[in-house]
Parts: sequence; C-alpha cells; structure tokens
Amino acid sequence: MPEPLLQAVDLRRSFGTVHAVDGVSFTLPEGGSLGIVGGSGSGKTTTARIVVGLEHADAGEVRVRGRARPSRARGREQRLARAREVQMVFQDPYLSLDPRTGVDQVLRETLRLHFPDRDPEPRIRELLDQVGLGTRAADALPRQLSGGQRQRVAIARALAVEPAVLVLDEAVAALDVSVQAQILNLLADIREQTPIGYLFITHDLGVVRCVTDEVIVMRHGSVVEAGATAEVLAAPQHPYTRLLLDSVPHPGWNPDRIAAARQELTSPLAQPTQHTGGRSEPT
Amino acid sequence: MSTVLTRRPGLAKLRVRSGRSPLHLVCLGLVASVVLAALLAPWIAPHDPNAVDLGAALAGPSAEHPFGVDAAGRDTLSRLLLGARTSLLGPLGVVAFSTLAGVAIGTAAAWRGGWLDSLLSRATELVFAFPGMLLAVLVISVYGEGLLAPVVALGLAYLPYVSRLTRSLVLAERARPYVSAYRVQGHSALQICLRHILPNIAPVVLAQSTINFGYALMDLAGLSFLGLGVPPLTPDWGRMVFDGQTAVQHGYPLSAILPCLFVVLTVVAFNVVGERWADRVARRDR
Repeated sequence: MPEPLLQAVDLRRSFGTVHAVDGVSFTLPEGGSLGIVGGSGSGKTTTARIVVGLEHADAGEVRVRGRARPSRARGREQRLARAREVQMVFQDPYLSLDPRTGVDQVLRETLRLHFPDRDPEPRIRELLDQVGLGTRAADALPRQLSGGQRQRVAIARALAVEPAVLVLDEAVAALDVSVQAQILNLLADIREQTPIGYLFITHDLGVVRCVTDEVIVMRHGSVVEAGATAEVLAAPQHPYTRLLLDSVPHPGWNPDRIAAARQELTSPLAQPTQHTGGRSEPT
Repeated sequence: MSTVLTRRPGLAKLRVRSGRSPLHLVCLGLVASVVLAALLAPWIAPHDPNAVDLGAALAGPSAEHPFGVDAAGRDTLSRLLLGARTSLLGPLGVVAFSTLAGVAIGTAAAWRGGWLDSLLSRATELVFAFPGMLLAVLVISVYGEGLLAPVVALGLAYLPYVSRLTRSLVLAERARPYVSAYRVQGHSALQICLRHILPNIAPVVLAQSTINFGYALMDLAGLSFLGLGVPPLTPDWGRMVFDGQTAVQHGYPLSAILPCLFVVLTVVAFNVVGERWADRVARRDR
C-alpha cells in the first residue's frame, strides 16, 4: 500500500487547561481532498496550524509521504523543504498580504527563494493566469484589489512553491457568495490540473460538499465523525454533525429547536465522542 | 497603529480648519533652510567665524556685521551659520545611533520574545531610569571634551525610546497573518524582518526620530552651554550662548540671544514636522 500524502497521527495541543486539539488523526490520500468541519472553537484551525508548522503539537506527528515533519526547521534547506510539503491559504485575504508589496513582487520573492535558477517572469504570468488574474493586476498593490482578487493572489503565492498539500483555512469565509463560488471553482480546476492535495478547514457544509471527497467533523478538539463527504452529509451518525447540518438556515428552519439541541448536546450527560446513532431528534 | 504615538495637540491648534496648515509649511521651510545653511555655511558665511577683531567687539548690527559682533570680536552671523553644522551634526549622530540600535534591539526583542525579550527590555529600562543628561555628563567627564562622547552618551539615552516603540510595533506587525504567510512560505526570520516588517513600521519610527532630533539638539546645546560639549573655539549654538553670557551682563545681549532663538526655532520646527508626519502615518489608510 502506498504511503498516504498527508497523515496526522494522534495530534494533541492544549492551551492551559483547554484541550484545543485532543487526539486528532486523519489521512489525506495522494491528490485527495479532505474537509475538516466544526463550529467555532472546535480546534480545526489549531489542527491546520499544526499541520503547516505555525503551531507545534504537544504530542503526535504529521507525516508527509511517510516522512515526519520536524516541529522546527533548522537551516535553509529544511525550511524550504518544509515549505514545499505544505502551503496554506489564510482566512482573511485583507490581512494575509503585505500591504506594501505588489502582486508580482509577492510571487517573485517566493519564486526567487524556491527556484533561484529559474527565470521567475514566465512563471509569474503562468501563475496569475492559472488563478484568473490579468497582467493588469500584476502591478497592483493589495489595497487596489477586491477581496476575491486578493484571495486569488494568496492562492497563486501558495501554488508558486509547488506544494504537495494545500491547507485552506476558511479560505472562502471572508468572501461574498458569488466570489466564493468562483474561488471554489478555481480550486477544483487547480486540483484537476495538478496532483495537489487539499486540506479544507471550514465551518460551511456547502463548501465541504463542493470540494471535498472525505470529511472529518471536529468538536471540542476531537474527531466525532469521519467518512466520505456524501455519506456523512446524507446520513450523519453523530448528533453534533446532525446539529451542524440542521443549523444551516433552510425553509421551515427553527432556530429555537437548534438552540435546544445544542443545549442538550452540551449538557454534562452527553459524551462528545460517543456515537449515538439511534438517538431520536430532540423536540 | 493610531495609539502608538500619543497626539499632543499643543501647537497643532494653530492649524487652519481645512487645507494645508501654515504652521507646518513654515516649520518645513525653517528645517530646510537651517539644513541648507549648515551645508553651505563655509561658502555663504561673510567672515571667518574665528577671526578676532577686538576693535569691533560688541558692535551692534551694521552693514558689515548684520547680526553684530560678540565680545571677542567675532562675526555673529558667520558663527551662527557655521554653528548650524555642529548643532545639527550632533543630534543627527544621536538620532542615527539611537534609531539604528533601537530598531535592532526592539525588533530582536519582539521577534524572539522569551528570555531575550526580558533581557533587552530590562536592560533598556535600566537606561531609562538613568537621566540622559547625567549619563552624558558622566561620559564626558571620563572621556573628555569633544563631540563624539556626548553624542554616544545621548544616543544611548535616547535608545530606549526607539527600542520600546519598535518593540511594540513589531509585536503588532508580527501578529498579522501576512507574517505567518511568509513563514509558511519558508522565508527566514531575518528576511521577513528586513523586507516586510521594517518597511511597514519605518514611517512611525522615523517620525519619532524626527521628534527626538529636536530634543537631542536641545540637550546637546545644553551640554555645550555648560561647557561640556564641543571644544571651546568651535562655533556651536550652545557654546555661543555660553560665550555671550558676559556680554549680556554688559548690556549687549544680541550675541547670546540669537543662538538661543535659533535653538528654540529649530527644535520647534523639527517637533512640528515630526508630529505632523506621525499624524499622517497614524491616519494613513492601510
């Protein structure tokens, strides 16, 4: 059996007494797309930050193609090798770009760092083309671009490194719906063209449905449900997953019922990791 | 960003409600002309600043000596012009030293954090606790007269202001996601600091340094007045006030009052320009 592209084994991280990530494991196959869903404070962003190396895990490890990622990069070679394993697109495109650096300059810097022998200019055009930005945007500063355009720049910047895995941390949450759709299409196109794997962190179940093959549901730092996206969304096993699905506004939606269900779930009797498949809907 | 530099309205109230402020323009012009005078002094000074003409001692303004002559018979205008050189060069050294060292220390402390931050922050606080002038007097008493000793001493005394400001700015800046993005991309800490963080915080630090320039000028003039700064014959504004003391007692105040006026005007001008710059930076749309 081939080594999976990305594997997280029993990741743990606590801040004080809060177990932000509590024994999370998952596997992302080569070229696959895995969604991590959960409400606020479920530990999904911390998991993402551990995977990219912005946060260190108290225990457990992240493996890329079977090789464990060191918690701290030593020296230039290791730093660059780490960057080529995993790249990240951040939630807020308004903050994830240096306000003083122009679009082409952002890409040039990265290309110079990772591919010093190659002429960066054709690759810059190629990347901008790939994310659907014209050459006019190349000269622009981030503040002259819209949110969607900025997120495209951030994606181009991540792709410039040619990473094996792209972590998208709520990458479309800050964008309005029509732009969200464009970016999601863009991401789907990129996945068709390149052998990249996606780790999609989101609270939005619609997004998960669009772009992921598999999904894990996190609550209070641990995985409560995992499986193929279509199955999990069609037949959720854990009450928390059902609550998440019910929380999406739809015709006949009753916020009071959701609140009651949430209350019941957080009461001390309910055990967060217990799979209670046959539980009836709360009234 | 706007809370970093405290706004002190003071003279800014003189501004007109809309459009450009005349005070700022006047001060900008003053700064420019003082700097120009210092640069061109040897060519535009009408007399040798050290040529002694005892026959004309304490003479009032005339066509030959527009600002009069001091007690030793030296032309006041020429001494003022050449004095601008030492009077500006000193603060420039202080500001350059304190800015470079302060930014380096502040950035290192904020970026590394942990024990290095504690060490550097406590060390600079120690310097804070020590009055700058006293430190300068101490250094001069050890190393003797000259421009270098007081400049280094004051540079050390001003360093904590810059390093503290830089530290807080870098702390705020490094928490921004774009810094995380560059780290994920594999850029080294040094590259991120030099290429991205420093250019982003530079305007605020430089505005503060401009304000420091005025204060340093005042401090150095004070030291010169006490006879502790520049060597006796060098034309320097603080030194001129010291030399003119006796003339004031004899009823000829011009040679002491003019350098005083120049010190005050230049300090005010640098402060207004610096604060205006700081205000603009604080209001700047990011």
